[in-house]
Amino acid sequence: MQEEHFIVALVEDRPGVMQRIAGMLRRRNFNIDSISVGSTEIPGVSRITMTVHGDRQTLEQVMKQLNKLIEVVKVSELRQAESVVRELALIKVSVKNERARAEVVQYASIFRARIVDVAKQSMMIEITGDEEKLSAFIELMRTYGIVEIARTGKVIMARGARSVKVRETR
Amino acid sequence: MAEMKGADAVVQALEREGVEVIFGIPGGASIPFYDSLYSSSIRHILMRHEQGAAHAADGYARVLGRAGVCSATSGPGATNLTTGLANAYMDSSPVVAITGQVATPFIGKDAFQETDVIGITMPITKHNFQVRSVSEIPEVVRKAFHIAQTGRPGPVLIDLPKDMQEGTAEVEFPEEVSLMGYRPTYDGHPKQVREAARAILEAERPVILAGGGVIISGASEELRQLAELIPAPVVTTLMGKGSFPETHPLSLGVLGMHGRREANHAVTESDLLIAVGTRFSDRSTGMVSCFAPEAKVIHIDIDPAEIGKNVRAHIPVVGDAKRVLGQLLGVLGEMRRRERSRSWIEKVTLWKKEFAPELEYDDVPLKPHRVIKEIMEFLGEDDIVTTEVGQCQMWAHCYMQRSKPRTFISSGGLGTMGFGFPAAIGAKVAKPEVRVVDIAGDGSFLMNIQELATAVVNEIDVIVAVFDNRYLGMVRQWQELFYDRRYSAVDLGSSPDFVKVAEAFGAFGIRVERPGEIGDALKQAAEAGKPAVVDFVIERECNIFPMVPPGKCLKEVIG
Ligand SMILES: Cc1cc2nc3c(=O)[nH]c(=O)nc-3n(C[C@H](O)[C@H](O)[C@H](O)COP(=O)(O)OP(=O)(O)OC[C@H]3O[C@@H](n4cnc5c(N)ncnc54)[C@H](O)[C@@H]3O)c2cc1C
Ligand SMILES: Cc1ncc(C[n+]2csc(CCOP(=O)(O)OP(=O)(O)O)c2C)c(N)n1
Ligand SMILES: [Mg+2]
Repeated sequence: MQEEHFIVALVEDRPGVMQRIAGMLRRRNFNIDSISVGSTEIPGVSRITMTVHGDRQTLEQVMKQLNKLIEVVKVSELRQAESVVRELALIKVSVKNERARAEVVQYASIFRARIVDVAKQSMMIEITGDEEKLSAFIELMRTYGIVEIARTGKVIMARGARSVKVRETR
Repeated sequence: MAEMKGADAVVQALEREGVEVIFGIPGGASIPFYDSLYSSSIRHILMRHEQGAAHAADGYARVLGRAGVCSATSGPGATNLTTGLANAYMDSSPVVAITGQVATPFIGKDAFQETDVIGITMPITKHNFQVRSVSEIPEVVRKAFHIAQTGRPGPVLIDLPKDMQEGTAEVEFPEEVSLMGYRPTYDGHPKQVREAARAILEAERPVILAGGGVIISGASEELRQLAELIPAPVVTTLMGKGSFPETHPLSLGVLGMHGRREANHAVTESDLLIAVGTRFSDRSTGMVSCFAPEAKVIHIDIDPAEIGKNVRAHIPVVGDAKRVLGQLLGVLGEMRRRERSRSWIEKVTLWKKEFAPELEYDDVPLKPHRVIKEIMEFLGEDDIVTTEVGQCQMWAHCYMQRSKPRTFISSGGLGTMGFGFPAAIGAKVAKPEVRVVDIAGDGSFLMNIQELATAVVNEIDVIVAVFDNRYLGMVRQWQELFYDRRYSAVDLGSSPDFVKVAEAFGAFGIRVERPGEIGDALKQAAEAGKPAVVDFVIERECNIFPMVPPGKCLKEVIG
């Protein structure tokens, strides 16, 4: 069954580590829908979040092949239902007139988005949320004319006490 | 702590790893390293092509079961290594490669002989390192050998920028290194082992499939005990050849595309397949949808990613073959066993008789079968066979019995023409006391024939047995069988004269055209006191059978 799966990998923060991961994914024909990277609570360790489309077997192979990379420290699957998934987007919308400007401000407030920059002909909005929320908002903004979108890709964290941790080293 | 030059630190770290030999070729970016080697006890064997260096290190590693080391300069030297690294990677062989690199300030500037060897070798090494500071050298070398030789072995490359070789720093040599993300599993999960034992007790038609992992792990003794205890017939892959004595009554030889019929039949009819240290390559399984269709599969492998990759495992056991088989023998010893009917063993034994191959041909030109048979008789069980790639390799795979691990060395996964000869050089260096014969195709031998100079100059007396059909025979066979005999680009013509080539290099050369001369020619080659080339003129269009055509099931054997 084709499904969306979330994988979180903790990796050593070394030059080339992203190339190793990207290269392996391409070579083994895995399709990654979204990937995001950032630092963690542990110095020298980065956290990569990716979403993979495929069946169980593909997911297992992606995880095992990731684990084989020496600089990948830990790989976990997080289930959407038990986790918080977020993405951040910056959206530049063109606002031709005062009415458009007022409407965009109103929508932004309904979506709990923030206006982070204002110019004569455009506004930049920052919005955080899950996939549906971002898509719905972007859809609305299309009516005004989207100049540019930058999205971070998804990050995910398990609810409750569970956490993706590095095992103790010797 | 001691203050020293980077190049000296590399050499000292290599000495600490117990490195005795390096196969390589120097160049501008590795001169400081070679300068340090000059005053080291490590023997350097100057090869004539870096591909030869990588294969020689690979052959050396496969004979001894520990890392073989090769070295090359930056740019073209490093790129010449890559085929050898890819080869070692596919066959899980512990090779450590050391490459020179342009000095750090020049990296990224398209400096003279700069290549991104780290980027190039990422997908064909288990791991690679570029040294970024002189002080980290000992740790990098320790990590490289640790990674190459543990878990599922594989090649590791260390890229050494020239300024890192020339610079000095305070260095410390660590005994242990810790790698956060690398901790192979060696012991099998007890629950899985018990489940495997239960499945073994219940099986009516068990078959053991032994792969390259059995040899890597040194698990032949445990494997033999298990086979005899059950009892179960044993088939091996090409890479597993020699892990179980092929002279043993329970051996059915090799399976796969050019496997023995008895082996392919047994796997197809089995109700339990005990697969140990094998990655279920397409060449060994045929079409997977009809591979061992009735069997429950126990898959023992040290690499979790191999479980379920190609063939579904009903009972996976992740761990080292030797340890897991030991655990399994322990559990089986404690369990109450029932009498198993002998009918399965009787059946496979009958197949074995029925399909025993004919090797005794008297034809001129020679039948390769006859040559294989005589080489087999010429060799002792500790002697080593390496192979090139093609029909020559498959004749050896299918018909030459080997009874000890690490005595059959072949390019399995990558199928690299030109592997066998430099690998033979590496093997002979590793074990000078045994005979080493490269089973070569004429096409393959030409791909690294320059290493005759290496063998002659360094007195590495290996024998190259050329199966001379003047064809890229394996490709020709496919064209004959599947492309209507349209022989496109496979005829090698009349050049060269292998005897004269051998002599020009200072080696011994002899041509054999009649079956009665084979034994004597081998004897002369062995006694020549120098490397030897025996040119066996074989029937040009002789095919390798049996064969499972591509995309077919193991039972659909032709020929
Ligand atoms: C022209 C040609 C024809 C070929 N025809 C055939 C054929 O007919 N039949 C055939 O079998 N092959 C054939 N091959 C070879 C084939 O391509 C593969 O190389 C071979 O089948 C792989 O064998 P393997 O899986 O046993 O070993 P490897 O590829 O060496 O794999 C080793 C396995 O063991 C595991 N392992 C490593 N260390 C350990 C340990 N300590 N404990 C447990 N597990 C471990 C590894 O993770 C891996 O899964 C052919 C090759 C060529 C070039
Ligand atoms: C480096 C390389 N190039 C091409 C091939 C494709 N190939 C496989 S077998 C073969 C023919 C080998 O010819 P030869 O060495 O004469 O052996 P034969 O099959 O005739 O015994 C070729 C070209 C290969 N395996 N390796
Ligand atoms: Mg040939």
